[in-house]
Amino acid sequence: MTAMPLGVPRRLVEFTIDGQEARVPEGATILDACRAAGKDVPTLCQGDTLTPKNACRVCVVEVEGSRTLVPACSRKAEPGMEVHTGTERARHSRKIVLELLASSVDLSTTPQVADWIKEYEAKPERFGPDAARLDEEPKIDNELYVRDYDKCILCYKCVDACGDQWQNTFAISVAGRGFDARIAVEHDAPLTDSACVYCGNCIEVCPTGALSFKSEFDMRAAGTWDESQQTETTTVCAYCGVGCNLTLHVQDNEIVKVTSPHDNPVTHGNLCIKGRFGYQHVQNRD
Amino acid sequence: MDLHFGDSKPTDEERAAVDALLGPPESSWEGADRSDADLRWARGGREARDRRDLLLPGLHAINDRIGWISEGALDYLCRRLTVPPAEAYGVATFYAMFSVKPRPATVLHVCTDLACAAAGASELCAGIEARLGLGSGVSVERSPCLGLCERAPAALAIKAGDPVRTAVSAPATVPDAVLAASAPESAPEEPPAALAVPQAGGDGLILLRRVGVVDPASLDDYRAHGGYTALRRAFELGPAGVIREVTDSGLVGRGGAAFPTGRKWQATASQPDHPHYVVCNADESEPGTFKDRVLMEGDPYALVEAMTIAAYAIGAHKGYVYLRGEYPRALHRLEHALAQARARGLLGDDILGQGYAFDIEIRRGAGAYICGEETALFNSIEGYRGEPRSKPPFPVEKGLFGKPTVENNVETLVNVLPVLTMGAPAYAAIGTAKSTGPKLFCVSGSVDRPGIYELPFGATLGELLERAGVREGLRAVLLGGAAGGFVRADELDIPLTFEGTREAGTTLGSGVVMAFDDTVPLPRLLLRIAEFFRDESCGQCVPCRVGTVRQEEALHRIVERTGAAAADDIALLREVGRAMRDASICGLGQTAWNAVESAIDRLGAYE
Repeated sequence: MTAMPLGVPRRLVEFTIDGQEARVPEGATILDACRAAGKDVPTLCQGDTLTPKNACRVCVVEVEGSRTLVPACSRKAEPGMEVHTGTERARHSRKIVLELLASSVDLSTTPQVADWIKEYEAKPERFGPDAARLDEEPKIDNELYVRDYDKCILCYKCVDACGDQWQNTFAISVAGRGFDARIAVEHDAPLTDSACVYCGNCIEVCPTGALSFKSEFDMRAAGTWDESQQTETTTVCAYCGVGCNLTLHVQDNEIVKVTSPHDNPVTHGNLCIKGRFGYQHVQNRD
Repeated sequence: MDLHFGDSKPTDEERAAVDALLGPPESSWEGADRSDADLRWARGGREARDRRDLLLPGLHAINDRIGWISEGALDYLCRRLTVPPAEAYGVATFYAMFSVKPRPATVLHVCTDLACAAAGASELCAGIEARLGLGSGVSVERSPCLGLCERAPAALAIKAGDPVRTAVSAPATVPDAVLAASAPESAPEEPPAALAVPQAGGDGLILLRRVGVVDPASLDDYRAHGGYTALRRAFELGPAGVIREVTDSGLVGRGGAAFPTGRKWQATASQPDHPHYVVCNADESEPGTFKDRVLMEGDPYALVEAMTIAAYAIGAHKGYVYLRGEYPRALHRLEHALAQARARGLLGDDILGQGYAFDIEIRRGAGAYICGEETALFNSIEGYRGEPRSKPPFPVEKGLFGKPTVENNVETLVNVLPVLTMGAPAYAAIGTAKSTGPKLFCVSGSVDRPGIYELPFGATLGELLERAGVREGLRAVLLGGAAGGFVRADELDIPLTFEGTREAGTTLGSGVVMAFDDTVPLPRLLLRIAEFFRDESCGQCVPCRVGTVRQEEALHRIVERTGAAAADDIALLREVGRAMRDASICGLGQTAWNAVESAIDRLGAYE
């Protein structure tokens, strides 16, 4: 018999979203409730396996009685709250956030963002041709993955995944301040001189493609990366007895990337260097 | 936590600087030479990790001794405290006063902020840079407000060494500033703090009554002038009685947010989680604000006594003063006051023989305006980057080290003394019904007698400016600093109360009143404000991190434009400003557009 952990029974919180009654378990966020109600609230820095950092502010909604907008991803639902997800005020802030990001960061590999830019009628080009951009070159200092911080929206997810939320390696941190803040290892050294253990869990959570497999980076550069030609096969890692799930992304009969299902109850999408990068022997045909 | 360190080794001096703070390392796990015993026992772990809050003092120790923080020094500090080097690097690069690149031992911070800019800071800066070029042994850095606005333009020299030397030059001339930077130890003494108080020694003062009257170094003098009567009264009343008095007095926070102090204390006192903490926010960095500096320099024991009362009321046994890194004299005065109070049983295990234990530790900021935000301040003390936390939970529930915390501004705390000595009804009778008590105003700019003025709430802006001797040709007054708003010269009848300024569509903020005459080009001033926010944004949230940059770019474009030529950029500014106000995490981003907006709407800055 399989025992399902039920946890402590939780009270339901009743409140309204856009005038409709909503009921979620105590501790759930506004975003959880919105998604349960089928409402589309955009998110960038929110991660399904991580504590919300609410840094990107693209998920802001209006809550009656609140002086400012509130981030749906982190604000917990409270009884009697009146939440409005689509007001002009909330949509205005989302639009500006998208414009600010798109005018300073390369969002070309960020899923969904192009649709949101269209939906919110964001016009990043209106800040003019001289608007400051991140202007970062890709950091290619190892054979496994590439850090292209020109695509970084500073969502903190990689830092959290590397730190106490998952990997406990603490190889990276945000360094600098304000617009000059960047993700870096100590002394901004190459990855090979850092504490990085190449688990790739930062790649797993990166929402913009700033962190990517070297294989993906090279194929994109060569113009051969084609997600429509890829299959995804979930299997079990053969290296040790933990039994982590691997999802192999295969294009032209070659493994091009490895991810792991976030809903796995044991590993929550985390892998180690072997599961993440140790697949070359599979396609060694000599 | 399996930490990875590079091969860089600290120099003997760097090691000595860290060891002077932390004591010698006990084992190779902490960076000492390896002994046989180290092979058998692993030391460190939680015990060492729990000292993470010593990271910022450690970085100060290295920076004070050497002038910058090398890889070897940072690695050694990390070993001592079991902090991942990447995180420590993130913390070190967060603060403007630290450098992770080699630089000369002496840094001269020349203020180019609002009051100093109006007093000719750019010519001063150019003159200094011409004299102190490469090879002079001095690095000249343009600095945000140094809190010396009454003596603008100002410069602060910091010469690393053992001990670190500082010298203030204000009002600065090129030769004075160059002297301060080249030989801080022989630079002339700063004038006494009382010179910043034109009313000093006058009758009827409450908050400032001891400034310039007592010797700030003498505890006896403080007691002879009514010191420690409020604490005795507090012990008579008991904790609940103190909170009742403070609540009844109507005292609200003087740092800018005007939150009722009694409610904050009550909410913290009633938290079941322990320990509770008292934190004094002395990170006074709002451009144009210098009242807390004058209080700490002129009457340091008042703050010590007030913090003791706050701690007693909420059941805290440990307090922190988070002091601005650019306030060397306030640091020395407070350190001296704490030592004296400890020696005389006014801090320690048994205060005034009442069996109550309380002590205070000073933590220095390192050049980050954002650390004046209450939760960013907690992160800074705890040894993390000074980034604001999201609220809720509020500090009264989860504050410093995740424990219930009362955080009050210096001026707020000092107000508690008259609340207790006069009694709540008498205190509440001062000022107006909604803004009770006396208030300190930091007057600078185009006035003959700049400085700190104490007036009961309710005096008008015009009355204050008249006292300060406002000069001819007044064009605008900035209330509340960079995060505040401008008012016109014909709006001098605005009552200086929280409700009065709110009704007038502006803010009292931290009590900044900066007067500008018509010789100061407004667009340049606005650009300086925008530069300030761009530099000081912590970078955590998008609206503020990128919004402050876009705001500065737009203001730069229209610095020489008016009317239709500026209209598009003004519309853009409004849109970005609105999103910053609505969607930023903390007060910095939320207020970064206030002053610019008020200048456009009230002053017609681009018409």
